[in-house]
Amino acid sequence: MNTTIALAGNPNSGKTTMFNDLTGSAQYVGNWPGVTVEKKEGALRGHPGVIVQDLPGIYSLSPYTSEEVITRDYLVNERPDAIINIVDGTNLERNLYLTTQLLELGIPTIVALNMMDVVKKSGDTIDRERLAHKLGCEVVETSALKGIGLKEVAERAAAYGLNRPNMELPHVFTGSVEHAIAHIEESIEDRVERPLLRWYAVKLFERDEGVRSALGLPGETMEHIERHIADCERELDDDAESIITNQRYLHVRHIVDECVRHRRSGIKMTTSDRIDRVVTDRILALPIFATVMFVVYYLSVTTVGTFVTDYTNDTIFGEFVHGGLSSWFESMAVAPWLTGLVLDGIVGGVGAVIGFVPQMLVLFLMLALLEDVGYMARVAFIMDRIFRRFGLSGKSFIPMLVGSGCSVPGIMASRTIENERDRRMTVMTTSFIPCGAKMPIVALFAGAIFGGAWWVAPAAYFIGVAAVVVSGIILKKTRAFSGEPAPFVMELPPYHVPAMGNVLRSTWERGWSFIKRAGTIILVSSVVLWFLQSFGLSDGRLAMVEDNNGSLLAAIGNVVAPLFAPLGFGGWKPAVATFTGLIAKENVVGTFGVLYGFAEVAEDGAEVWANIARDFTTLSAFSFLLFNLLCAPCFAAMGAIRTEMHSRKWTAAAIAYMTVFAYAVSLMVYQFGSLAAGKGFTPWSGVAVLALAALLYMLFRQPRADHAGAIRFQRKVETHG
Amino acid sequence: MRTLRDVPIGGTATVLRLRGAGALRRRIMDMGITKGTVVYVRKVAPLGDPLEVTVRGYELSIRKSDAENVEVADDEPTRA
Repeated sequence: MNTTIALAGNPNSGKTTMFNDLTGSAQYVGNWPGVTVEKKEGALRGHPGVIVQDLPGIYSLSPYTSEEVITRDYLVNERPDAIINIVDGTNLERNLYLTTQLLELGIPTIVALNMMDVVKKSGDTIDRERLAHKLGCEVVETSALKGIGLKEVAERAAAYGLNRPNMELPHVFTGSVEHAIAHIEESIEDRVERPLLRWYAVKLFERDEGVRSALGLPGETMEHIERHIADCERELDDDAESIITNQRYLHVRHIVDECVRHRRSGIKMTTSDRIDRVVTDRILALPIFATVMFVVYYLSVTTVGTFVTDYTNDTIFGEFVHGGLSSWFESMAVAPWLTGLVLDGIVGGVGAVIGFVPQMLVLFLMLALLEDVGYMARVAFIMDRIFRRFGLSGKSFIPMLVGSGCSVPGIMASRTIENERDRRMTVMTTSFIPCGAKMPIVALFAGAIFGGAWWVAPAAYFIGVAAVVVSGIILKKTRAFSGEPAPFVMELPPYHVPAMGNVLRSTWERGWSFIKRAGTIILVSSVVLWFLQSFGLSDGRLAMVEDNNGSLLAAIGNVVAPLFAPLGFGGWKPAVATFTGLIAKENVVGTFGVLYGFAEVAEDGAEVWANIARDFTTLSAFSFLLFNLLCAPCFAAMGAIRTEMHSRKWTAAAIAYMTVFAYAVSLMVYQFGSLAAGKGFTPWSGVAVLALAALLYMLFRQPRADHAGAIRFQRKVETHG
Repeated sequence: MRTLRDVPIGGTATVLRLRGAGALRRRIMDMGITKGTVVYVRKVAPLGDPLEVTVRGYELSIRKSDAENVEVADDEPTRA
C-alpha cells in the first residue's frame, strides 16, 4: 500500500521548492502569479511507495476560493496519511493561522518550519520544542531553498503514514465557544468519522455553507446547532465566523509571543523595504513599470523571441524538415496523399506549435524572473486601479500582457486570479488582445489595402484594448458576473534574489504545458483541415483535389459565406480563411495565398496583396480584419479556455460571446461605413442600428442590484437576538 | 465611524470591527485583519489605490473600498 503525504501551506512559504526537492520532479515555483490550482504529485525520492501530494497555496480553509475548496475537499475526502505543513518562519502569525485549521482535520501533521536560514540570519530565535508543544504536533526546522531538513521532515511524515499516531489537540477557543463546539460534535458524531469530528463541528459553528449542505443534517439537528451558535454570538457580541477567526489569531499570537524572541523590536527597514520604497514610489513606480514591461516585451516578442521563432520556422522546419522529407518522399515514390498528410498536415501543424515555442520560452523566462523576484505582485498592486474599473483585477494585466504574445499562455496565466468571476472575465477577454499570430493578418491588410500605413498595427492593439474595456463593462453588469465585488486583499511578498533553478524550471514547465496542450489540438485540427482542404467530391466520390476550389472546405465556405455578406466579405475565400484562422490565426494569410493560387506566401502575404486589393474595399478589408481580430480565437486558445473555465457551458458562452461581439462590431463598422459612403439604407443597416442600440444599452444601463451579500449579513445580525 | 481608509499614510490604527459579509469579509479576516489587530498604513499605490499596509509582520495590499469595511481606532502601537 502506498503512503500519501500532502504538502500544505501559505503561498510564498517555499512549498513548491520543497515539493521539487522531495520529488525531484520538474515543477514550478514563483511568488506570482502563484502556483497552479492543479494538484501535483510525485514519489518521494528514494521511497517509491511514498507519494507526495502538492496542494495549492492557501491562507485558510474557508470556503471562498477555489484553491481553498480544492484543498479542503482533498484533505477531507481523500484523507492522506500525513500532512507536511510548510510554515514560513519569517511570517509565523499568518502561517500558523492555517496550521490551527489543518490540525483540526485529524490527519497526522508535521510542521516544517521553513526559511529558518533567514530567521537565523535576522538574529531572531524560535523555540522549536515549545512551539511543537503548544501546537500539539512535531516541528522540524527546514530551509527549502538550501535543502536543509527536508529529508527529515519527509521521513518522519512517511513514518506517520505507517503508525498513525493519535493527535491530542490543544483547545484553541475560549470556554463558551469550545462548549458550543462540543455540543455540535455530540449532535453529529454518528454522521462523521471520528478524526474529522472537530473539523466538522468548527465548520458548522462558522455556518460554513459547503459543510452544511455536505452533511445534510435534519432540520431538528440544525436548529439545535443554531441555538448553540446564537447563544455564543450573543455572549461574545460578534458573529460566529468572526469569533472563530479572531480566537484562532489570538491563540496564534499567544503561541508566537511565547516561542519567538526578536533580536530587535519595532518596525525595521529591510533591504526588501528599501527596494519597495523605490519600485512602488508614487512618482517612480509607473516609469519603472513601463520600463520593465517594455524590456520584457521587447526581448521576448520583438527581438530575441522573433529571431529564434523565425529561425525555427523558416530554417529548421522550412528547409531541413520540410525540404528533407519532401525529397526523401519523392525518391521513395510515396503516394501524394501521404506526402500531403505528412508534410502539410503533420509537419505544418507541429511546426506551427514548435515554431512558437522559443518565443514562449523567452517570454516565460521573463515572467518567471519577475515572479521569483516578487515584482509580479507589485504589477497587480500598481495596475489594480485601472483594471477593476471594468470588472477585472490588477492581476488581469499579466494575462493580457502575455496574451499579446500568445493567448494560450495568457489564458493559462489567468489561473492565478483567485476570484472566480475575475478569472472567468479575464479568460473571456484576454484573446481580444491581438496575439503574435494575428500580426501577419494585420500586416497582410496593412500592406494590401492601407499602403503599409504605420498606424494599422497600433490600431489593432487599440481595438483589442477597447474590446476588453467594453466587454468588461458589459459583462460585469450581466447576471452571471454580478454580485459582491471581488476582494483584492493580496500579500506583497518580500523581494528576493531569484533562484535560477526555480526560474528555469518554471520556464520549462510552462513551455512544456503549452507544447502539450497546443500541440495536440493544433495537430489534430491541422490534419482535419488538411483533409477538408485536400479532398473534395468528384463524381460523387471522395477524392483528392488538385486545387482548393473544389475542396470540401470550399464547399463549406460557400455555405457559410452568406453569413458574412452583411459584414462586407460574403465571398467563400474570406470565409474559408476565417475558418483556417481557427487553427492558427496566421493561417489566414497562408490560406489566402493558397486560394489565390500561390504555393507559398511570405509572412505578410506580399504575393497576394494585388488579389486582396481587388477583392476587398477599404471598408470590407477593415471589417474582415476586425472580425478576425475579435472573433473566436484559435483552437489552442479555445482549449486553454476550456481548461481554465472547467466547464463546457462557460467555454461555449465565452466563445459565443467573442464571436457575437466580433460580428456585431464588424457589422456596425461595415454598415455605418457604407451609409457614410452614401450607399442606401438597407435592412442590414437597420440591424446595425439595433446592434448599436443594444451595445449602448448594455454599456450604460444601471448594474443589476445584488443584495445577496447584504441579505446574508442581515440574517447573521438577526441571529444575534 | 473611522475606517482604515481614513488612516493617513504612515499612521497606525487598531481594528475595532469588520463590516460587510461573505467572502470579502472572511478574506480580510483570514489575512490577519481581525479585532484588536494593529495595522500600519505604509503607502498608497501610484494611481491612488490600493493601500499597502503592514499587518502581523507582513505587507498586505487592500483596496480603499475594502478598507472602508474595517472600522478602526487611531492609537499608538500597542500589541493586541
